Amino acid sequence: MVEPLLELRSLRKRFGGLTVTDDVSLDLSAGEIHALIGPNGAGKTTLIHQISGTLAPDSGQVIFAGKDVTHLPMARRARAGLARSFQITSIIPAFTVLANAALAVQARSGSSFRFFRPAAGEATLNDEAMAALTEVGLHARAHVQAAALSHGEKRQLELAIALAMKPRLLLLDEPLAGTGAEEAERLMRILAGLRVRYAILLIEHDMPAVFALADRISVLAQGRIIAHGTPDQIRADPAVRDAYLGDDEMGQA
Amino acid sequence: MRREDAAIALIIFAALAVAPFVGFGQGYSLTMLARGMIFGMAAISLSLLVGGGGLVSLGHAAMMGVGAYAVVALDHSRITEAWIVVPTAIAAAALFAGLTGAIAIRTSGVHFIMITLAFGQMAFFTTSSLALYGGDDGYTLYNRLEVFGSRALEGGLVFHFTCLGLLIGAWALVQALLNSRFGRVLQAARDNETRARAVGFEPYAYRLTAYVIAGAIGGLAGVLLANAAEFVAPAYLAWQRSGDLLFMVILGGLAGPHGALMGALAFVFIEEWLAKLTEHWRLIFGPLLIFCVFFMRGGIAGLLRRG
Amino acid sequence: MSTTLLLVQGLNGLQFGILLFLVAAGLTLVFGVMDFINLAHGVQYMVGAYMGATLAALTGSFWWGLLLTLPATLAFGLLLEFLVFRHLYERDHLSQVLATFGVILFLNQGVKAVFGTAPMQMPLPELLSGGVRVMDGLLYPTYRIAILVAGLAIAGLLWFLVERTRVGMLVRAGASNAPMVSALGVDIRRLFMLVFGFGAMLAGFAGAMAAPILSVEPNMGDNLLILAFVVIVIGGIGSVRGAFIAALLVGLVETLGRSLMPDLMRLFLDPSAARQAGAAMASMLIYVVMASILAFRPAGLFPVRR
Repeated sequence: MVEPLLELRSLRKRFGGLTVTDDVSLDLSAGEIHALIGPNGAGKTTLIHQISGTLAPDSGQVIFAGKDVTHLPMARRARAGLARSFQITSIIPAFTVLANAALAVQARSGSSFRFFRPAAGEATLNDEAMAALTEVGLHARAHVQAAALSHGEKRQLELAIALAMKPRLLLLDEPLAGTGAEEAERLMRILAGLRVRYAILLIEHDMPAVFALADRISVLAQGRIIAHGTPDQIRADPAVRDAYLGDDEMGQA
Repeated sequence: MRREDAAIALIIFAALAVAPFVGFGQGYSLTMLARGMIFGMAAISLSLLVGGGGLVSLGHAAMMGVGAYAVVALDHSRITEAWIVVPTAIAAAALFAGLTGAIAIRTSGVHFIMITLAFGQMAFFTTSSLALYGGDDGYTLYNRLEVFGSRALEGGLVFHFTCLGLLIGAWALVQALLNSRFGRVLQAARDNETRARAVGFEPYAYRLTAYVIAGAIGGLAGVLLANAAEFVAPAYLAWQRSGDLLFMVILGGLAGPHGALMGALAFVFIEEWLAKLTEHWRLIFGPLLIFCVFFMRGGIAGLLRRG
Repeated sequence: MSTTLLLVQGLNGLQFGILLFLVAAGLTLVFGVMDFINLAHGVQYMVGAYMGATLAALTGSFWWGLLLTLPATLAFGLLLEFLVFRHLYERDHLSQVLATFGVILFLNQGVKAVFGTAPMQMPLPELLSGGVRVMDGLLYPTYRIAILVAGLAIAGLLWFLVERTRVGMLVRAGASNAPMVSALGVDIRRLFMLVFGFGAMLAGFAGAMAAPILSVEPNMGDNLLILAFVVIVIGGIGSVRGAFIAALLVGLVETLGRSLMPDLMRLFLDPSAARQAGAAMASMLIYVVMASILAFRPAGLFPVRR
């Protein structure tokens, strides 16, 4: 039995009187896409923050590659191989598309306390950055300023930056958010292709995408995992239907 | 760095090199040009922080002041050899920047502005109370620095080209820093700190390094300022001077060190010209500053880019 | 250092602290509610002093001078808001710092041009020009006590306005989340103007009150401005309660520091060196206190922002 790459053990988080994360346990291994779904307000983003390092849980542990990273800052986890993409696109608008990706490559390629050589001319950084851009289909726009991209292209860049980190785990927070049908389809094909090389924790509202891509699904409602299993098992689970009662998304699955 | 930016800077350097020979060679003009170049150097160093790092320091005049007072302290002890004084002054400014920056860079936003202001004030009050070096009245140097025993710097032209050479060096250094890996991290953290952290960078060390480098260059500018006027006073460290430096940076535009250079030169020349017009030149200068903030968002560099 | 001297300096410190509070209160509200760094708040104080002195001279009465200063500084503050500040609310802090710096340059030079550089006098009112026997052998100026009382009264009024009225609630809400307040349908512009005008009036009034005991001269607001910023940073931006406590703290540290430091230094150094070192350390003391507080509470003592 292979050690899971990511293990969440009884995570708990409260904001004042509100329990946002309630005894959440979960694991994830390389080579699988694990989707995290749940109605609005379930606490998905807060959970992601605790995995990526933006927030610290009140109790419980986050184990990544066998190491307890619960209280490590985001940058340390990133360097250890945990890449996160954001629900609200988080890029550097003033940089070119290539420079955005190259920044991620730079973080894992030796010291950045280099003062005299122009970074834009470093072939190794650029080559690897281009590879990541090509993987998401953004290579033609490499020299465009990131601010000028369309929304869908920015979501692609968001993913490319994560890939450029050559991480072990991809934490994708609604990668399809705000994309049109064509862009969503393209991103889905890319994600399906990534399964082999990475462990992917995917948060999504787009139910058809989730059920098509996921190997396993965990359902979060009111801070708790109420169901866990394969897409078929989840589809049939009455507790899940209850949680989504009145929520149109499940009906589309 | 855009080619146009480099071209602008080179044109300015060429103009400064030629200026003494086309009518600006008398003592008074040379002094004004020296002030322009010296504040240009200080503004360039501040632009590394403000433009490159997004760190608005309201205490940068203190870096110049520390450098200037290092010259004073050594002059008082009759040490005037440049090869001793200059590195010492730079080291003093860098140390001051390192110690104050270590604390200041833990903060951000208005707290950063306040802490840098506070440290600047501390330096100001310290120099005001040093009766040994003249206190509030200031200190007059015996002479300018000697270079290997030579009094060459006393000569107006030699001093002019020394300042110019060092200014070009400062510009080249800051430009190289901004283009380097280091600069990329600094600017990424400026624009989107979360993203920089998410790919694995912790901004603190990079910002502190930038702060120390900026402090060191500011200290060098302070050495030159002390030598230009052969006089140093605590007023050099007043917070209003730090405000002037910020004005120079924004006047020129935050596009790069060439902007800060233009801003400093414009500031010094306008100040000189207005002061000759009226004793109350700040009555014009104040609204001018407001005008620049309202209408010249990209500064002079921005105007050039559009035109 | 005798108890009498300590008590006098303590009272002076409290009185200075109260003046600081009047200036800082407006500053912290403006910054808290409008996210606007107003370096020109110090000149508001100076303008208040000049207006008070001028109006007192014109009317021949201290009381009229003081009273008329209120509408005068309010009007002046609103004029500045209309001409300059209103265009800066959307801008970044650097732009605000620089533009308000320009206002400082202009107004400092302006009063110099109109009134000259020599300090103006504002005579003490008859009623308050004596002394009060605080304890045996200690006659403390009545006017300073009046400032303390007036300042505390205004602080009380401000507390009441902010904590107990509807407008005050809106201001408090705005200080913690302005966009939300706007989204709830409150005319945020009106609220801004109100906060701004009131703050300007407070600062101007403080200036007029201080005028008889301090010298009314150009640049008098500059150092007070810095101390006011120290106060709001220590107290927590947007918090009037924080400003009150921090202002008293700063007032006491500044005043007591200046009298005690040289004596403290004399334990280690000879008299003339002690005087110098003491003066330097006293000046730095408040910044050391600020830096220490920020080291443990980076958002100040009573932070308001979410």
